[in-house]
Amino acid sequence: MSVLPATPLAATSGSQLDWYLTRATGSVALLLLTLALALGVADVQRFSTPAWPRFVLDALHRNVSLLALVFLVLHVLTSVLDSFAPISLLAAFVPFASSYRPLWLGLGAVAFDLMLAVIVTSLLRQRVGHRAWRITHWLAYACWPIALLHSLGTGSDVKSTWLLALTALCMALVAAAVLTRALGGLSRETAGGRLAAVGGLAAFVLGLLLWLPGGPLGSEWARRAGTPTALLGHAASGAHGGQR
Amino acid sequence: MSERLRVNPIACEAHGMCAELLPERIALDEWGYPIIDGRPLSPDLVVHARRAAQACPTFALLLQETSR
Amino acid sequence: MTASEQGLPRLLAGIPPHGALTLTEHLELHGELPQPGRRRGRRGEPELIELVEQAGLRGRGGGGFPTGAKLRAVTDAASGPLGGRPVVVVNGAESEPASSKDRTLLAALPQLVLDGAELAARAVGAEEIVICVCESAGTVSRSLTDAVAERQRHARRGAPGMRLAAVPGRYVASQETALVNHLGGGPALPTFTPPRPFQRGVRRRPTLVSNAETVAHLALILRHGPQWFRQLGTPEQPGSALVTLAGPVPHPGVYEIELGSLLGDLLAAAGGLQADVRAVLFGGYAGSFVGGEHLPGLALSDEHLAPHGATLGAGVVALLSDRSCPVAELTRLTRWLAAQSARQCGPCVFGLEAIADTVEQVTLGTAGRDARSRLQALASLVRGRGACGHPDGVARLITSAVEVFADELADHAQHGPCAACEQPSELPRPRAASGARRPAGAGDPSAPLSLAGRV
Repeated sequence: MSVLPATPLAATSGSQLDWYLTRATGSVALLLLTLALALGVADVQRFSTPAWPRFVLDALHRNVSLLALVFLVLHVLTSVLDSFAPISLLAAFVPFASSYRPLWLGLGAVAFDLMLAVIVTSLLRQRVGHRAWRITHWLAYACWPIALLHSLGTGSDVKSTWLLALTALCMALVAAAVLTRALGGLSRETAGGRLAAVGGLAAFVLGLLLWLPGGPLGSEWARRAGTPTALLGHAASGAHGGQR
Repeated sequence: MSERLRVNPIACEAHGMCAELLPERIALDEWGYPIIDGRPLSPDLVVHARRAAQACPTFALLLQETSR
Repeated sequence: MTASEQGLPRLLAGIPPHGALTLTEHLELHGELPQPGRRRGRRGEPELIELVEQAGLRGRGGGGFPTGAKLRAVTDAASGPLGGRPVVVVNGAESEPASSKDRTLLAALPQLVLDGAELAARAVGAEEIVICVCESAGTVSRSLTDAVAERQRHARRGAPGMRLAAVPGRYVASQETALVNHLGGGPALPTFTPPRPFQRGVRRRPTLVSNAETVAHLALILRHGPQWFRQLGTPEQPGSALVTLAGPVPHPGVYEIELGSLLGDLLAAAGGLQADVRAVLFGGYAGSFVGGEHLPGLALSDEHLAPHGATLGAGVVALLSDRSCPVAELTRLTRWLAAQSARQCGPCVFGLEAIADTVEQVTLGTAGRDARSRLQALASLVRGRGACGHPDGVARLITSAVEVFADELADHAQHGPCAACEQPSELPRPRAASGARRPAGAGDPSAPLSLAGRV
């Protein structure tokens, strides 16, 4: 994975700490988002066991989602405070407004906005009304793949084994959850909707597998992803793996 | 003034959390829908009833004050 | 007894053999509308409401709610904090398949109903009247449109505005909250209460929803007075009422009866029984059965029917002859009623389906030994657990059927279908209206009932 060379760039060890925190909080947020999605599916499928009654799983879903938001906020703050990459606070909310890897960071902003919409409407559910809440909540399904693409496109350590393993794990969990939802589901859903869900999942996984080798796992990804040239200069950074 | 439970049957989608949180007053029928005991709630049950009403994903469970 | 000695006809007086009574003919027959006692204020005319309360008129749509109390509730809501000028809705949708009385009134005597609507509007201080009719009732719509136009040509200054509204023919569409929902642009499906229409209805205003026949009674009560109204009927249920008679008689159709009079007199007026009666269905599809053995001496009022577990409801009196198979009829009824569910409430959707399935199994002989107790349990399970009274009606029907037809049910449970199962249905069929499905196993739909309108 690429890393800041110890001498020229890491002006302060704080910057390195920021970078670690950004990656860590981002990864945890992704993991929690995955769990929240899986719990959400369990919720709507009315899954329960004697040891895990409905009200517990429902509360767990809510709390895991809130925790994911907490880590997401930390992730945003650490990436903004990180003096290495020019990411403004505005760029955290306004998609594609950053000069650092605008597309891939912008996806992160999109995911963040979606997450905020879902959580705010859920907290204010009584005021917002059930119908508006339900429509917004469906956006959570869109939030996850966008967050994943952001993670793969922005992360400068995307080739590291642990990150790829984490990605694969999250992908597997989400795939299982989406399949359960699409194929199980409540009787009122249409066959067309189910087919679209399964098709969408398959297309995403396939697309990912086709894109990764030539994309983030390919050569010079940092440059192709839109890292500002000034930051590319540091030789050890860039596409190939270095040490931590 | 006493408080009683009521369910809005149109909003109810048989999630079943209410029956878990207040089995003293709510049972589920064979299709998963709540059967509410509508008698006035004793003070020690009111806090559980409130929690059950807040837990309902569709706000179908209602806690209402009645003058009887 | 002659008609004039009986005091009947009242509502059906002067009913023409075809077409509608014109405004001129109507005014010749009944006289002018009573004029306002004083200048009409914003709060309506409370003296009118008092007269209705003294008369003791009860709603004729099936609920039997005291009309005076309903009028008062609307005016109280209108003068309350949420206020708003009330709206009057005349419920002529009549989605009950076995009832034709409202159609008859609206088609042949529209000015009587419109008089009553105008008086109700004056009483509660409404300026807007909506008359709801079934969207497939063409004759009724035409007749009413003409009648409203006629009134507008002769209108006094300040008379409330009237308009027609078409309502889908679905069974639950004529429920009062479903009507209000539909008039507000939503689906013709019941809503959760409170608020009830009298509190918040059309455009969030206090709304009086009253059956067409009830409103017609108002037109006569407020002309002739409460004492006149009480000359007929019983102290609990004063006045006259319209019933729809169906069954093995030469002249089925709509009749006006004195409340508390004998069923035997009604049958005689219809030409007498042509077959023995196994049972009578009172009230409507979601009413109650009474065994034929109770017919002699049976009187037509709620207090006389109560010991038999029945009420007059919407005035349906449907006879089942001993040639019919009650169990097959019950299968058709329950299947149709289950299909008519608004599908908004779980216990109704699943419960009515389970009831229909169980009855069908009994008919075919595939039910378990405990079918009877299963039906009674299902009836208790669905009662009161819907947003509207639909499941309650089915529960009522099934509870009475299990008692009255205990022998036939047991017989079918053991031996399966009987010879009479294949007979066409004797009960009036649902009209081919939008959204209404024919009952399972039904033969050809029968023609609409003759609107005999005789006394």
